[in-house]
Amino acid sequence: MSTSSLPAPAEVLPPPFERYTLLGWLRRNLFSTWYNALLTAICAALIFLAGRSALEWALGQARWEVITANLRLFLVGQYPASATWRVWACVGLLAALIGLSYGVWGRGRRANALGVVGLPVVLALVFEGETRIALLAAGAAGALGLGLGRWRRARLARWAVFGWVIYFPLVIVLVSGFGGEGSVLPLVPTNLWGGLLLTLLLSVVGIVFSFPLGVLLALGRQSGLPAVRALSVTYIEVLRGVPLVTVLFMAQLMLPLFLPGVTIDRVVRAMAGIVLFSAAYLAENVRGGLQAIPRGQYEAARALGLNTWKMMLLIILPQALKIVIPVLVGQFIALFKDTSLVVIVGLLELMGIAKAVLAQPDFLGLQAEVYLFVALVYAVFCYLMSDLSQRLERRLNTER
Amino acid sequence: MADVRLSPRSLGRAFWRDDRFIQAAVQVIVVAVVAGLLYLAFRNMADSLARQGVTLGFGFLENAAGFDLGESLIPYSNTDTFARALLAGLLNTLLVSVLGIVFSTVLGIAVGIARLSGNWLVNRLAWLFVELMRNVPLLVLLIFIYTAIFLKLPRVRQAISVGPIYLSNRGVAIPWGEPTETWSLYLACFAGAVVVAVLVVFGLRWWQARSGRPKPIALPALAVWLGLTAVGWFILPQPPLQLSQPEIAGFNFKGGRTLTPEFMALLLGLVIYTAGFIGEVVRAGIQSVPKGQIEAARALGLNGRRTLQLIIFPQALRVIVPPLTSQYLNLTKNSSLAVAIAYPDLFGVAGTVINQTGRAVEVIAIVMIVYLSVSLFTSVLMNWYNRRVRLVER
Repeated sequence: MSTSSLPAPAEVLPPPFERYTLLGWLRRNLFSTWYNALLTAICAALIFLAGRSALEWALGQARWEVITANLRLFLVGQYPASATWRVWACVGLLAALIGLSYGVWGRGRRANALGVVGLPVVLALVFEGETRIALLAAGAAGALGLGLGRWRRARLARWAVFGWVIYFPLVIVLVSGFGGEGSVLPLVPTNLWGGLLLTLLLSVVGIVFSFPLGVLLALGRQSGLPAVRALSVTYIEVLRGVPLVTVLFMAQLMLPLFLPGVTIDRVVRAMAGIVLFSAAYLAENVRGGLQAIPRGQYEAARALGLNTWKMMLLIILPQALKIVIPVLVGQFIALFKDTSLVVIVGLLELMGIAKAVLAQPDFLGLQAEVYLFVALVYAVFCYLMSDLSQRLERRLNTER
Repeated sequence: MADVRLSPRSLGRAFWRDDRFIQAAVQVIVVAVVAGLLYLAFRNMADSLARQGVTLGFGFLENAAGFDLGESLIPYSNTDTFARALLAGLLNTLLVSVLGIVFSTVLGIAVGIARLSGNWLVNRLAWLFVELMRNVPLLVLLIFIYTAIFLKLPRVRQAISVGPIYLSNRGVAIPWGEPTETWSLYLACFAGAVVVAVLVVFGLRWWQARSGRPKPIALPALAVWLGLTAVGWFILPQPPLQLSQPEIAGFNFKGGRTLTPEFMALLLGLVIYTAGFIGEVVRAGIQSVPKGQIEAARALGLNGRRTLQLIIFPQALRVIVPPLTSQYLNLTKNSSLAVAIAYPDLFGVAGTVINQTGRAVEVIAIVMIVYLSVSLFTSVLMNWYNRRVRLVER
């Protein structure tokens, strides 16, 4: 009875197999209905017109020499030429560390390995002179790190972690220097920092310091102690309710009033503003993760006899932070983009340098070229960050 | 024997190991530290201000400002007070925020739907737009639009004309209705039409509830409103608005209304930047509606339009509204970047006031409080809306 309702095997047709021909693809994706065909035609016409005039401008009329002539300014601002090697040393160290990390933890993906070594080498083809040599050295450092990591995978893992931990303080020491004129690392005052260097330093400092502050605020907001909770909520809501420029402005004008006798330079004041502002947003992101942890985890930690701090550090935060990695990276990207606002309080980061370059009599009226270049630099860094976050997310996903 | 009381004391624990004591102590310490730091900061500030010979106070707001504003919604001249200058700035901020919210919502929904389009080209274009907006700082975008597009437009004499609109480096001239003598009368008629339309809505609702038959409500109400406003327009002896076309006269435009390049650049920048983010919000919202819902709607015999209207949209809205709220708040706060392109918004005016008076503390306090209130007001409004659309559970 039940078998008779089934058709005979010969009657069962095989599933229709899709033919991936170019024509089939076109019909399915571009011309499926008459209005889709119309949309395609309109879009194609727009792309053609816009693309043609953009190419004509970019290859013909645009004066890109404003970028090449001022490349040094864009990269490091007025950082003294005699000390530029210190910045390059930081880049080389970074390449070596990334190489080492890929070597130790990477799952042998050749494309990644090529990226570490290849990117500086490709860039070296574009640039010339000192920059080319420095970029080649950075590529070599990356290759060295990669080789070392592959060679002594187990033993070097600890060193890689250690390297990342001391990298940030090391960069600050290298870039700012100490001691007088004649010493190995003469002091470079922050008013000489500029360009991409300052943008990156502002964002790294912002990320490194706002992260712990944000986690603390999130814990405070979730705390059972009413006073702590009220303080955290007030801080978070006030900082989230006002624009970043007002916070930066306040940091510039009011920090010196709050701390008389201590001279805080402008860059540090801007950093303070960015950290205070970003911490409030990070706190809300981390709170989302904390709220997603089931109650059972808290109760289990208690049952194991962990006290509040141990419970948070060992059980709750590792899980909560893992959940919010994509959001956190989104926040870091926002912070990186927000560093451009320090130009309003007069610092010479990438945007500030762009303005200064446009004030040069040789390059008046080249706003389009300069700002497109700046936008490209930001876009590349943001894209790299979001790509990294997606990798990290896949790697930390333990529920497979 | 004696009743067992499980108080810490009876268990022989010292009082400082009692949870209640620890919690109280932690709170007292935290509050004391924060209060102490705040006190120190404020005392230092008072000291340094006293040394500069400044006393805090808001009296200076009554003094004459002595500077001009590029544009203002209310009559303003440089003999008006600082307070009025700040008010004009606030109105400019609100104007650009409200317009920005409206336009970026429309554009954002279009982008979100385009991201879901089956048309590969439309889909990729929308993706490119979203990625560009999300990976470039708003400030770069704004300054680019202002200096590389609006200021590079030809001079008034060679203005590009798009229909009745003229584009030039002095701004964008658009046709504008000039109110005539009957304008105030017409406003009253307009308000009356709104009242009648609302009454029609209530009446139809009552009728629907009584008869139990679904009847269109919005459409008749809209028709009544439009009809009444149209009747009002033609019944008056003189049309309440007179169309004024812009025309080039010498080095400037005559007639119509000229929108300054600063305003246009700020509005355009804010709209396309926020639309990129809203597009992603809308896409995520629509994708969050499970496929089964659409299939179930089809199985119940709803057609495409009804499915969209009754099944997909209400459920997507639930996911969309909270992040949309934060995008609106971001847009309002981001409008403070106007200071970079010299549009006189609240923050820009505040900067000028600080330069003129040196009253940084008071002015920054005012600005922060105003932004905070605007943010709070927007989030209260959107939370109210969110409560209306969210899932009602038993």
